[in-house]
Amino acid sequence: MTVPLLEVRGVTKKFAGLIANDDVSFSVAEGEFISIIGPNGAGKSTLFACITGFQKPNAGSIRYRGQEIAGLAADRICRLGIARTFQIVQVIGEMTALENVMTGAFLHAPRRREALRRAEEVLGVAGLADKSGFLGTALTIADKKRLEVAMALATEPKLLMLDESMAGLTKVELKEIISLLRAVRKRGVTLVIVEHVMEAVMQLSDRVIVLNSGRKILEGTPREVVTNPQVIQAYLGERYHA
Amino acid sequence: MAGRTIAVAAAVGIALALFPFVITGPFPLHVMILTFLFATLGVAWNIMGGYAGMFSFGQAAFFGIGAYTSSFLLTRYGVNPWLGLVAGGGLAALTAAAIGYPCSHLRGHYFAIASIAFAEIVRTHFNNWKLIGAAEGLSIPLDTRGIAAFQFDSKTPYYFIALAFLIVALAVCWWVTNSRMGYYFRAIKESHDLAMVLGISFVRYRLWAITISAFLSAAAGTFYAQYVLYLDPESVLILSISVQVVLVAMLGGAGSLFGPVIGAAILIPLSEITRIKLGEKGTGVDLMLYGALITLISVYQPKGVWGFLSTLGASRARKQAGPP
Repeated sequence: MTVPLLEVRGVTKKFAGLIANDDVSFSVAEGEFISIIGPNGAGKSTLFACITGFQKPNAGSIRYRGQEIAGLAADRICRLGIARTFQIVQVIGEMTALENVMTGAFLHAPRRREALRRAEEVLGVAGLADKSGFLGTALTIADKKRLEVAMALATEPKLLMLDESMAGLTKVELKEIISLLRAVRKRGVTLVIVEHVMEAVMQLSDRVIVLNSGRKILEGTPREVVTNPQVIQAYLGERYHA
Repeated sequence: MAGRTIAVAAAVGIALALFPFVITGPFPLHVMILTFLFATLGVAWNIMGGYAGMFSFGQAAFFGIGAYTSSFLLTRYGVNPWLGLVAGGGLAALTAAAIGYPCSHLRGHYFAIASIAFAEIVRTHFNNWKLIGAAEGLSIPLDTRGIAAFQFDSKTPYYFIALAFLIVALAVCWWVTNSRMGYYFRAIKESHDLAMVLGISFVRYRLWAITISAFLSAAAGTFYAQYVLYLDPESVLILSISVQVVLVAMLGGAGSLFGPVIGAAILIPLSEITRIKLGEKGTGVDLMLYGALITLISVYQPKGVWGFLSTLGASRARKQAGPP
Protein backbone atom coordinates (compact mmCIF):
# COMPACT_ATOMS: atom_id res chain seq x y z
CA MET A 1 0.00 0.00 0.00
CA THR A 2 1.44 3.36 -0.98
CA VAL A 3 1.26 6.42 1.22
CA PRO A 4 -1.10 9.03 -0.25
CA LEU A 5 0.47 12.37 -1.21
CA LEU A 6 -1.93 14.21 1.06
CA GLU A 7 -4.05 12.72 3.79
CA VAL A 8 -6.51 14.87 5.71
CA ARG A 9 -8.06 13.15 8.74
CA GLY A 10 -10.79 14.61 10.94
CA VAL A 11 -9.78 18.22 10.45
CA THR A 12 -11.86 20.60 12.56
CA LYS A 13 -11.38 24.34 12.64
CA LYS A 14 -13.44 26.63 14.86
CA PHE A 15 -13.56 30.40 14.90
CA ALA A 16 -15.22 31.94 17.99
CA GLY A 17 -18.44 29.93 18.01
CA LEU A 18 -18.40 29.12 14.30
CA ILE A 19 -17.33 25.73 13.05
CA ALA A 20 -15.68 26.34 9.67
CA ASN A 21 -14.44 22.78 9.16
CA ASP A 22 -16.12 19.90 10.95
CA ASP A 23 -14.32 16.55 10.94
CA VAL A 24 -13.24 16.71 7.29
CA SER A 25 -11.33 13.75 5.89
CA PHE A 26 -10.08 12.92 2.42
CA SER A 27 -6.93 11.80 0.73
CA VAL A 28 -5.18 12.66 -2.50
CA ALA A 29 -3.00 10.25 -4.47
CA GLU A 30 -0.02 11.41 -6.47
CA GLY A 31 -1.02 12.62 -9.94
CA GLU A 32 -4.69 13.15 -9.11
CA PHE A 33 -6.82 16.19 -9.89
CA ILE A 34 -9.27 16.94 -7.09
CA SER A 35 -11.84 19.72 -6.98
CA ILE A 36 -13.43 20.96 -3.79
CA ILE A 37 -16.81 22.55 -4.32
CA GLY A 38 -19.55 23.87 -2.10
CA PRO A 39 -21.64 26.97 -1.52
CA ASN A 40 -20.14 30.17 -0.12
CA GLY A 41 -19.23 29.76 3.53
CA ALA A 42 -18.91 25.98 3.23
CA GLY A 43 -15.37 26.10 4.63
CA LYS A 44 -13.39 25.52 1.45
CA SER A 45 -10.95 28.36 1.94
CA THR A 46 -10.49 27.49 5.62
CA LEU A 47 -9.64 23.94 4.64
CA PHE A 48 -7.09 25.33 2.18
CA ALA A 49 -5.69 27.59 4.88
CA CYS A 50 -5.28 24.64 7.26
CA ILE A 51 -3.47 22.53 4.66
CA THR A 52 -1.14 25.35 3.57
CA GLY A 53 -0.19 26.59 7.04
CA PHE A 54 -2.25 29.76 7.24
CA GLN A 55 -4.48 28.28 9.94
CA LYS A 56 -3.84 25.67 12.57
CA PRO A 57 -6.68 23.15 12.85
CA ASN A 58 -8.19 22.63 16.32
CA ALA A 59 -8.28 18.89 15.78
CA GLY A 60 -7.32 16.31 13.20
CA SER A 61 -4.22 15.54 11.23
CA ILE A 62 -2.86 16.59 7.87
CA ARG A 63 -0.15 14.37 6.49
CA TYR A 64 1.90 15.16 3.44
CA ARG A 65 3.85 12.13 2.19
CA GLY A 66 3.34 10.64 5.62
CA GLN A 67 4.66 13.67 7.49
CA GLU A 68 2.40 15.64 9.84
CA ILE A 69 2.21 19.24 8.59
CA ALA A 70 -0.75 20.67 10.52
CA GLY A 71 0.43 23.84 12.25
CA LEU A 72 3.71 24.20 10.34
CA ALA A 73 4.53 27.69 9.02
CA ALA A 74 3.30 28.42 5.50
CA ASP A 75 6.80 28.99 4.10
CA ARG A 76 7.97 25.62 5.46
CA ILE A 77 5.01 23.88 3.88
CA CYS A 78 5.91 25.50 0.57
CA ARG A 79 9.49 24.28 0.91
CA LEU A 80 8.14 20.76 1.47
CA GLY A 81 6.42 20.93 -1.92
CA ILE A 82 2.92 22.36 -1.50
CA ALA A 83 2.26 25.58 -3.40
CA ARG A 84 -0.93 27.62 -3.44
CA THR A 85 -2.61 30.65 -4.93
CA PHE A 86 -5.06 33.03 -3.29
CA GLN A 87 -8.73 33.66 -3.84
CA ILE A 88 -7.89 37.34 -4.26
CA VAL A 89 -5.06 37.27 -6.77
CA GLN A 90 -1.64 38.29 -5.41
CA VAL A 91 1.39 39.15 -7.53
CA ILE A 92 4.30 41.52 -6.90
CA GLY A 93 3.08 44.74 -8.48
CA GLU A 94 6.44 46.49 -8.79
CA MET A 95 8.08 43.54 -10.52
CA THR A 96 7.82 42.40 -14.10
CA ALA A 97 6.05 39.12 -14.82
CA LEU A 98 9.42 37.46 -15.35
CA GLU A 99 10.82 38.76 -12.05
CA ASN A 100 7.67 37.58 -10.27
CA VAL A 101 8.25 34.05 -11.53
CA MET A 102 11.98 34.27 -10.77
CA THR A 103 11.11 35.02 -7.15
CA GLY A 104 9.38 31.66 -7.04
CA ALA A 105 12.16 29.90 -8.95
CA PHE A 106 14.81 31.11 -6.49
CA LEU A 107 13.52 28.54 -3.98
CA HIS A 108 15.36 25.74 -5.77
CA ALA A 109 17.70 27.80 -7.93
CA PRO A 110 19.59 30.22 -5.67
CA ARG A 111 21.71 31.51 -8.56
CA ARG A 112 20.14 34.29 -10.58
CA ARG A 113 21.05 32.89 -14.00
CA GLU A 114 19.48 29.52 -13.27
CA ALA A 115 16.38 31.12 -11.71
CA LEU A 116 16.02 33.27 -14.82
CA ARG A 117 16.26 30.24 -17.10
CA ARG A 118 13.64 28.31 -15.14
CA ALA A 119 11.36 31.33 -14.89
CA GLU A 120 11.44 31.84 -18.65
CA GLU A 121 10.50 28.21 -19.16
CA VAL A 122 7.58 28.36 -16.69
CA LEU A 123 6.38 31.67 -18.11
CA GLY A 124 6.23 29.96 -21.50
CA VAL A 125 4.14 27.11 -20.07
CA ALA A 126 1.76 29.69 -18.60
CA GLY A 127 1.45 31.37 -22.00
CA LEU A 128 2.86 34.63 -20.70
CA ALA A 129 6.17 34.70 -22.60
CA ASP A 130 5.09 37.78 -24.58
CA LYS A 131 4.19 39.59 -21.35
CA SER A 132 7.42 38.84 -19.48
CA GLY A 133 8.44 42.51 -19.36
CA PHE A 134 5.07 43.79 -18.11
CA LEU A 135 4.86 45.01 -14.53
CA GLY A 136 2.57 43.02 -12.24
CA THR A 137 0.28 46.04 -11.85
CA ALA A 138 -0.07 46.38 -15.64
CA LEU A 139 -1.50 42.89 -16.19
CA THR A 140 -5.19 42.05 -16.64
CA ILE A 141 -6.91 39.96 -13.96
CA ALA A 142 -6.77 36.89 -16.19
CA ASP A 143 -3.04 37.35 -16.80
CA LYS A 144 -2.43 37.97 -13.09
CA LYS A 145 -4.18 34.70 -12.30
CA ARG A 146 -2.03 32.82 -14.76
CA LEU A 147 1.04 34.60 -13.44
CA GLU A 148 0.15 33.54 -9.94
CA VAL A 149 -0.07 29.92 -11.11
CA ALA A 150 3.31 30.34 -12.84
CA MET A 151 4.88 31.75 -9.64
CA ALA A 152 3.55 28.80 -7.65
CA LEU A 153 4.75 26.39 -10.32
CA ALA A 154 8.22 27.94 -10.24
CA THR A 155 8.63 26.74 -6.64
CA GLU A 156 8.46 23.22 -8.16
CA PRO A 157 5.63 21.84 -6.04
CA LYS A 158 4.47 18.23 -5.89
CA LEU A 159 1.04 19.49 -4.93
CA LEU A 160 -0.49 22.68 -6.27
CA MET A 161 -3.57 24.14 -4.61
CA LEU A 162 -5.55 26.80 -6.44
CA ASP A 163 -8.22 28.87 -4.73
CA GLU A 164 -10.78 29.98 -7.32
CA SER A 165 -8.36 30.75 -10.09
CA MET A 166 -11.17 30.86 -12.66
CA ALA A 167 -13.70 33.16 -11.05
CA GLY A 168 -14.72 36.09 -13.19
CA LEU A 169 -12.96 35.02 -16.38
CA THR A 170 -14.35 35.22 -19.92
CA LYS A 171 -14.96 32.07 -21.98
CA VAL A 172 -11.67 32.51 -23.82
CA GLU A 173 -9.71 33.15 -20.65
CA LEU A 174 -11.34 30.13 -19.05
CA LYS A 175 -10.22 27.93 -21.95
CA GLU A 176 -6.69 29.24 -21.56
CA ILE A 177 -6.49 28.47 -17.86
CA ILE A 178 -8.04 25.02 -18.34
CA SER A 179 -5.38 24.17 -20.89
CA LEU A 180 -2.74 25.58 -18.54
CA LEU A 181 -3.93 23.30 -15.74
CA ARG A 182 -3.82 20.34 -18.12
CA ALA A 183 -0.23 21.26 -18.96
CA VAL A 184 0.59 21.56 -15.25
CA ARG A 185 -0.82 18.12 -14.66
CA LYS A 186 1.28 16.69 -17.50
CA ARG A 187 4.35 17.91 -15.61
CA GLY A 188 3.43 15.45 -12.88
CA VAL A 189 1.98 17.99 -10.46
CA THR A 190 -0.96 16.89 -8.33
CA LEU A 191 -3.74 19.47 -8.18
CA VAL A 192 -6.33 20.29 -5.56
CA ILE A 193 -8.54 23.22 -6.49
CA VAL A 194 -11.41 25.10 -4.94
CA GLU A 195 -13.68 26.11 -7.76
CA HIS A 196 -17.15 27.40 -8.48
CA VAL A 197 -16.92 27.16 -12.26
CA MET A 198 -18.60 23.77 -12.80
CA GLU A 199 -17.67 23.66 -16.46
CA ALA A 200 -14.00 23.47 -15.49
CA VAL A 201 -14.59 21.14 -12.55
CA MET A 202 -16.43 18.68 -14.82
CA GLN A 203 -13.68 18.72 -17.44
CA LEU A 204 -10.65 18.51 -15.21
CA SER A 205 -11.39 16.57 -12.03
CA ASP A 206 -10.83 12.91 -11.27
CA ARG A 207 -12.75 13.31 -8.07
CA VAL A 208 -14.89 16.03 -6.54
CA ILE A 209 -15.30 16.70 -2.83
CA VAL A 210 -18.42 18.58 -1.76
CA LEU A 211 -18.44 20.65 1.41
CA ASN A 212 -21.50 22.15 3.02
CA SER A 213 -21.61 24.02 6.33
CA GLY A 214 -18.11 22.86 7.15
CA ARG A 215 -18.78 19.16 6.58
CA LYS A 216 -17.89 16.89 3.72
CA ILE A 217 -21.21 15.72 2.36
CA LEU A 218 -20.04 13.77 -0.65
CA GLU A 219 -17.04 12.60 -2.60
CA GLY A 220 -17.15 11.06 -6.04
CA THR A 221 -16.55 11.42 -9.74
CA PRO A 222 -17.80 14.64 -11.33
CA ARG A 223 -20.74 12.76 -12.84
CA GLU A 224 -21.74 11.17 -9.52
CA VAL A 225 -21.59 14.53 -7.81
CA VAL A 226 -23.75 16.52 -10.21
CA THR A 227 -26.43 13.84 -10.24
CA ASN A 228 -26.58 13.44 -6.47
CA PRO A 229 -29.84 14.86 -5.07
CA GLN A 230 -28.19 15.97 -1.81
CA VAL A 231 -25.65 18.03 -3.73
CA ILE A 232 -28.25 19.48 -6.04
CA GLN A 233 -30.23 20.57 -3.04
CA ALA A 234 -27.27 21.97 -1.10
CA TYR A 235 -25.47 23.73 -3.81
CA LEU A 236 -26.27 23.18 -7.42
CA GLY A 237 -30.00 23.60 -7.10
CA GLU A 238 -30.15 27.27 -7.84
CA ARG A 239 -27.98 26.93 -10.93
CA TYR A 240 -29.15 23.63 -12.41
CA HIS A 241 -32.82 23.76 -11.54
CA ALA A 242 -33.54 27.31 -12.51
CA MET B 1 22.95 52.46 -24.38
CA ALA B 2 25.57 50.65 -22.28
CA GLY B 3 28.26 52.78 -23.87
CA ARG B 4 26.51 55.95 -22.81
CA THR B 5 26.06 54.65 -19.26
CA ILE B 6 29.80 53.94 -19.04
CA ALA B 7 30.56 57.41 -20.41
CA VAL B 8 28.30 59.06 -17.81
CA ALA B 9 29.81 56.97 -15.01
CA ALA B 10 33.36 57.86 -16.13
CA ALA B 11 32.51 61.58 -16.31
CA VAL B 12 30.94 61.53 -12.82
CA GLY B 13 33.91 59.56 -11.48
CA ILE B 14 36.47 61.98 -12.89
CA ALA B 15 34.51 65.01 -11.68
CA LEU B 16 34.26 63.59 -8.16
CA ALA B 17 37.95 62.67 -8.11
CA LEU B 18 39.03 66.17 -9.22
CA PHE B 19 36.50 68.14 -7.15
CA PRO B 20 38.63 68.63 -3.98
CA PHE B 21 41.59 69.83 -6.05
CA VAL B 22 39.61 72.29 -8.13
CA ILE B 23 37.27 73.68 -5.49
CA THR B 24 39.42 74.01 -2.40
CA GLY B 25 37.29 76.02 0.03
CA PRO B 26 36.38 74.20 3.25
CA PHE B 27 32.65 74.87 2.91
CA PRO B 28 32.06 73.20 -0.48
CA LEU B 29 34.08 70.22 0.69
CA HIS B 30 32.09 70.05 3.92
CA VAL B 31 28.84 70.07 1.93
CA MET B 32 30.13 67.29 -0.32
CA ILE B 33 31.22 65.19 2.68
CA LEU B 34 27.80 65.55 4.32
CA THR B 35 26.16 64.73 1.00
CA PHE B 36 28.16 61.49 0.74
CA LEU B 37 27.40 60.71 4.38
CA PHE B 38 23.64 61.13 3.97
CA ALA B 39 23.70 59.35 0.63
CA THR B 40 25.33 56.40 2.41
CA LEU B 41 22.67 56.52 5.14
CA GLY B 42 19.98 56.82 2.44
CA VAL B 43 21.33 53.77 0.58
CA ALA B 44 21.37 51.85 3.87
CA TRP B 45 17.77 52.91 4.59
CA ASN B 46 16.79 51.97 1.06
CA ILE B 47 17.84 48.34 1.57
CA MET B 48 15.31 47.90 4.38
CA GLY B 49 12.81 50.66 3.53
CA GLY B 50 12.85 50.91 -0.25
CA TYR B 51 13.27 47.24 -1.09
CA ALA B 52 12.02 45.26 1.92
CA GLY B 53 9.25 47.76 2.78
CA MET B 54 10.28 48.38 6.39
CA PHE B 55 9.78 52.11 6.78
CA SER B 56 12.26 52.89 9.51
CA PHE B 57 12.17 56.31 11.11
CA GLY B 58 14.84 55.23 13.56
CA GLN B 59 18.05 55.06 11.53
CA ALA B 60 19.64 57.63 13.87
CA ALA B 61 19.80 54.87 16.49
CA PHE B 62 22.09 52.74 14.29
CA PHE B 63 24.07 55.79 13.22
CA GLY B 64 24.49 56.80 16.87
CA ILE B 65 25.37 53.30 18.05
CA GLY B 66 28.13 53.20 15.43
CA ALA B 67 29.45 56.63 16.36
CA TYR B 68 29.34 55.93 20.09
CA THR B 69 30.81 52.43 19.96
CA SER B 70 33.96 53.40 18.08
CA SER B 71 34.36 56.65 20.03
CA PHE B 72 33.87 54.98 23.39
CA LEU B 73 36.31 52.19 22.57
CA LEU B 74 38.81 54.78 21.37
CA THR B 75 38.56 57.22 24.28
CA ARG B 76 38.36 54.56 26.97
CA TYR B 77 40.55 51.74 25.69
CA GLY B 78 42.48 53.33 22.85
CA VAL B 79 40.96 50.94 20.29
CA ASN B 80 41.71 51.93 16.71
CA PRO B 81 38.61 53.56 15.16
CA TRP B 82 38.70 51.22 12.15
CA LEU B 83 38.31 48.29 14.54
CA GLY B 84 35.74 50.39 16.37
CA LEU B 85 33.86 50.74 13.11
CA VAL B 86 33.57 46.97 12.77
CA ALA B 87 32.58 46.64 16.45
CA GLY B 88 29.99 49.43 16.09
CA GLY B 89 28.59 47.87 12.93
CA GLY B 90 28.37 44.50 14.63
CA LEU B 91 26.71 45.94 17.72
CA ALA B 92 24.21 47.90 15.62
CA ALA B 93 23.41 44.77 13.60
CA LEU B 94 22.89 42.76 16.79
CA THR B 95 20.67 45.48 18.25
CA ALA B 96 18.75 45.62 14.97
CA ALA B 97 18.19 41.86 15.07
CA ALA B 98 17.12 41.98 18.72
CA ILE B 99 14.58 44.72 18.03
CA GLY B 100 13.65 43.49 14.56
CA TYR B 101 12.71 39.98 15.62
CA PRO B 102 9.80 40.91 17.91
CA CYS B 103 8.70 43.42 15.25
CA SER B 104 8.67 40.76 12.51
CA HIS B 105 4.95 41.03 11.89
CA LEU B 106 4.74 44.82 11.96
CA ARG B 107 4.20 46.47 8.60
CA GLY B 108 3.72 49.98 7.24
CA HIS B 109 2.86 52.64 9.79
CA TYR B 110 3.11 50.25 12.71
CA PHE B 111 6.70 49.44 11.89
CA ALA B 112 7.46 53.15 11.44
CA ILE B 113 6.03 53.94 14.89
CA ALA B 114 7.98 51.09 16.50
CA SER B 115 11.20 52.35 14.89
CA ILE B 116 10.65 55.88 16.21
CA ALA B 117 10.00 54.51 19.69
CA PHE B 118 13.14 52.40 19.54
CA ALA B 119 15.33 55.32 18.42
CA GLU B 120 13.90 57.63 21.07
CA ILE B 121 14.55 55.01 23.77
CA VAL B 122 18.17 54.74 22.60
CA ARG B 123 18.53 58.54 22.61
CA THR B 124 17.05 58.99 26.09
CA HIS B 125 19.16 56.16 27.41
CA PHE B 126 22.39 57.56 25.97
CA ASN B 127 21.46 61.00 27.25
CA ASN B 128 21.55 59.67 30.80
CA TRP B 129 24.30 57.08 30.55
CA LYS B 130 27.24 58.44 32.58
CA LEU B 131 29.72 55.88 31.25
CA ILE B 132 29.52 57.33 27.75
CA GLY B 133 29.38 60.97 28.84
CA ALA B 134 25.59 61.27 29.11
CA ALA B 135 24.34 64.60 27.73
CA GLU B 136 27.88 66.05 27.63
CA GLY B 137 28.94 63.54 25.04
CA LEU B 138 32.39 62.33 24.08
CA SER B 139 35.37 64.23 22.72
CA ILE B 140 37.77 62.26 20.63
CA PRO B 141 41.37 63.16 21.61
CA LEU B 142 43.64 64.39 18.87
CA ASP B 143 45.93 61.70 17.57
CA THR B 144 48.65 61.41 14.98
CA ARG B 145 47.15 62.34 11.67
CA GLY B 146 46.75 59.71 8.99
CA ILE B 147 44.66 56.93 7.62
CA ALA B 148 45.57 54.50 10.43
CA ALA B 149 44.25 56.82 13.14
CA PHE B 150 41.29 57.91 10.95
CA GLN B 151 42.09 61.60 11.67
CA PHE B 152 43.21 64.27 9.25
CA ASP B 153 44.00 68.00 9.20
CA SER B 154 42.48 68.65 5.83
CA LYS B 155 38.99 67.84 4.62
CA THR B 156 40.26 66.21 1.43
CA PRO B 157 41.00 62.77 2.95
CA TYR B 158 37.59 62.81 4.66
CA TYR B 159 36.07 63.61 1.29
CA PHE B 160 37.60 60.51 -0.28
CA ILE B 161 36.81 58.26 2.66
CA ALA B 162 33.16 59.42 2.65
CA LEU B 163 33.05 58.77 -1.09
CA ALA B 164 34.55 55.32 -0.56
CA PHE B 165 31.93 54.52 2.10
CA LEU B 166 29.20 55.53 -0.32
CA ILE B 167 30.66 53.35 -3.06
CA VAL B 168 30.82 50.39 -0.66
CA ALA B 169 27.20 50.97 0.40
CA LEU B 170 26.13 51.16 -3.26
CA ALA B 171 28.05 47.96 -4.04
CA VAL B 172 26.36 46.16 -1.14
CA CYS B 173 22.94 47.44 -2.27
CA TRP B 174 23.62 46.42 -5.87
CA TRP B 175 24.75 42.97 -4.81
CA VAL B 176 21.71 42.51 -2.55
CA THR B 177 19.17 43.66 -5.11
CA ASN B 178 20.58 41.53 -7.89
CA SER B 179 20.63 38.36 -5.83
CA ARG B 180 17.89 36.14 -4.50
CA MET B 181 17.81 38.22 -1.33
CA GLY B 182 16.73 41.35 -3.19
CA TYR B 183 13.89 39.55 -4.96
CA TYR B 184 12.78 38.14 -1.63
CA PHE B 185 12.88 41.63 -0.07
CA ARG B 186 10.56 42.95 -2.78
CA ALA B 187 8.18 40.00 -2.34
CA ILE B 188 8.07 40.69 1.41
CA LYS B 189 7.38 44.36 0.72
CA GLU B 190 4.39 43.36 -1.43
CA SER B 191 2.86 40.92 1.07
CA HIS B 192 3.96 38.55 3.82
CA ASP B 193 1.35 36.01 2.74
CA LEU B 194 2.60 36.04 -0.83
CA ALA B 195 6.22 35.72 0.35
CA MET B 196 5.33 32.68 2.44
CA VAL B 197 3.65 30.82 -0.42
CA LEU B 198 6.84 31.29 -2.42
CA GLY B 199 8.69 29.52 0.39
CA ILE B 200 10.21 32.71 1.80
CA SER B 201 10.70 33.02 5.55
CA PHE B 202 9.81 36.69 5.89
CA VAL B 203 11.09 36.71 9.47
CA ARG B 204 14.56 35.64 8.36
CA TYR B 205 14.80 37.93 5.34
CA ARG B 206 13.49 40.95 7.21
CA LEU B 207 16.27 40.35 9.72
CA TRP B 208 18.80 40.29 6.89
CA ALA B 209 17.52 43.61 5.57
CA ILE B 210 17.54 45.32 8.94
CA THR B 211 20.98 44.03 10.01
CA ILE B 212 22.67 44.96 6.72
CA SER B 213 21.07 48.40 6.91
CA ALA B 214 22.10 48.83 10.55
CA PHE B 215 25.71 47.82 9.86
CA LEU B 216 26.11 50.33 7.03
CA SER B 217 24.43 53.11 9.04
CA ALA B 218 26.70 52.42 11.99
CA ALA B 219 29.79 52.58 9.77
CA ALA B 220 28.61 56.00 8.62
CA GLY B 221 28.29 56.90 12.32
CA THR B 222 31.93 56.06 13.01
CA PHE B 223 32.94 58.16 10.02
CA TYR B 224 30.93 61.10 11.35
CA ALA B 225 32.49 60.81 14.82
CA GLN B 226 36.00 60.77 13.34
CA TYR B 227 35.11 63.70 11.10
CA VAL B 228 33.75 66.08 13.75
CA LEU B 229 35.76 64.52 16.64
CA TYR B 230 32.96 65.23 19.07
CA LEU B 231 29.59 63.66 19.60
CA ASP B 232 26.64 63.91 21.94
CA PRO B 233 23.10 62.52 21.72
CA GLU B 234 21.89 65.76 20.13
CA SER B 235 24.30 65.45 17.23
CA VAL B 236 23.88 61.78 16.30
CA LEU B 237 20.71 60.36 17.85
CA ILE B 238 17.96 62.90 17.27
CA LEU B 239 14.82 62.15 15.30
CA SER B 240 15.55 64.82 12.70
CA ILE B 241 18.49 62.74 11.44
CA SER B 242 16.20 59.75 10.95
CA VAL B 243 13.68 61.94 9.14
CA GLN B 244 16.36 63.44 6.91
CA VAL B 245 17.54 59.95 5.93
CA VAL B 246 14.01 58.97 4.91
CA LEU B 247 13.56 62.22 2.98
CA VAL B 248 16.83 61.69 1.11
CA ALA B 249 15.73 58.23 0.00
CA MET B 250 12.11 59.16 -0.77
CA LEU B 251 12.94 62.31 -2.69
CA GLY B 252 15.59 60.60 -4.79
CA GLY B 253 13.59 57.45 -5.27
CA ALA B 254 13.05 54.62 -2.79
CA GLY B 255 13.72 51.21 -4.27
CA SER B 256 16.25 52.34 -6.85
CA LEU B 257 20.02 52.02 -6.51
CA PHE B 258 20.96 55.66 -7.12
CA GLY B 259 17.78 57.28 -5.79
CA PRO B 260 19.19 58.11 -2.34
CA VAL B 261 22.35 59.55 -3.91
CA ILE B 262 20.28 61.95 -6.00
CA GLY B 263 18.12 62.77 -2.99
CA ALA B 264 21.17 63.59 -0.87
CA ALA B 265 22.70 65.64 -3.71
CA ILE B 266 19.58 67.84 -3.73
CA LEU B 267 18.65 68.02 -0.05
CA ILE B 268 21.99 68.31 1.74
CA PRO B 269 23.38 71.29 -0.23
CA LEU B 270 19.96 72.91 0.01
CA SER B 271 19.92 72.48 3.77
CA GLU B 272 23.53 73.59 4.30
CA ILE B 273 23.32 76.58 1.98
CA THR B 274 20.07 77.92 3.44
CA ARG B 275 21.53 77.40 6.91
CA ILE B 276 24.65 79.46 6.05
CA LYS B 277 22.90 82.13 3.99
CA LEU B 278 20.01 82.73 6.35
CA GLY B 279 21.81 82.04 9.63
CA GLU B 280 19.84 81.70 12.84
CA LYS B 281 16.84 83.52 11.46
CA GLY B 282 16.60 81.00 8.65
CA THR B 283 16.29 77.94 10.87
CA GLY B 284 13.52 75.83 9.43
CA VAL B 285 13.61 77.36 5.96
CA ASP B 286 15.35 74.24 4.67
CA LEU B 287 12.56 72.16 6.18
CA MET B 288 9.95 74.30 4.41
CA LEU B 289 11.78 73.75 1.13
CA TYR B 290 11.99 70.00 1.85
CA GLY B 291 8.28 69.98 2.55
CA ALA B 292 7.50 71.62 -0.74
CA LEU B 293 9.82 69.26 -2.64
CA ILE B 294 8.42 66.16 -0.97
CA THR B 295 4.87 67.28 -1.69
CA LEU B 296 5.68 67.89 -5.35
CA ILE B 297 7.47 64.61 -5.74
CA SER B 298 4.81 62.51 -4.01
CA VAL B 299 2.05 64.09 -6.05
CA TYR B 300 3.72 64.02 -9.45
CA GLN B 301 6.33 61.28 -9.25
CA PRO B 302 6.01 58.87 -6.30
CA LYS B 303 9.09 57.02 -7.53
CA GLY B 304 11.22 60.07 -6.79
CA VAL B 305 13.61 62.07 -8.93
CA TRP B 306 15.30 58.89 -10.11
CA GLY B 307 11.93 57.50 -11.22
CA PHE B 308 11.31 60.75 -13.09
CA LEU B 309 14.70 60.57 -14.82
CA SER B 310 14.26 56.92 -15.80
CA THR B 311 10.81 57.57 -17.27
CA LEU B 312 12.34 60.42 -19.23
CA GLY B 313 15.17 58.21 -20.46
CA ALA B 314 12.85 55.33 -21.27
CA SER B 315 10.41 57.41 -23.28
CA ARG B 316 13.27 59.02 -25.19
CA ALA B 317 14.72 55.67 -26.09
CA ARG B 318 11.23 54.34 -26.87
CA LYS B 319 12.50 51.22 -25.29
CA GLN B 320 10.06 48.58 -24.17
CA ALA B 321 10.10 47.85 -20.46
CA GLY B 322 12.10 44.75 -19.75
CA PRO B 323 13.71 43.06 -16.78
CA PRO B 324 16.96 44.68 -15.64
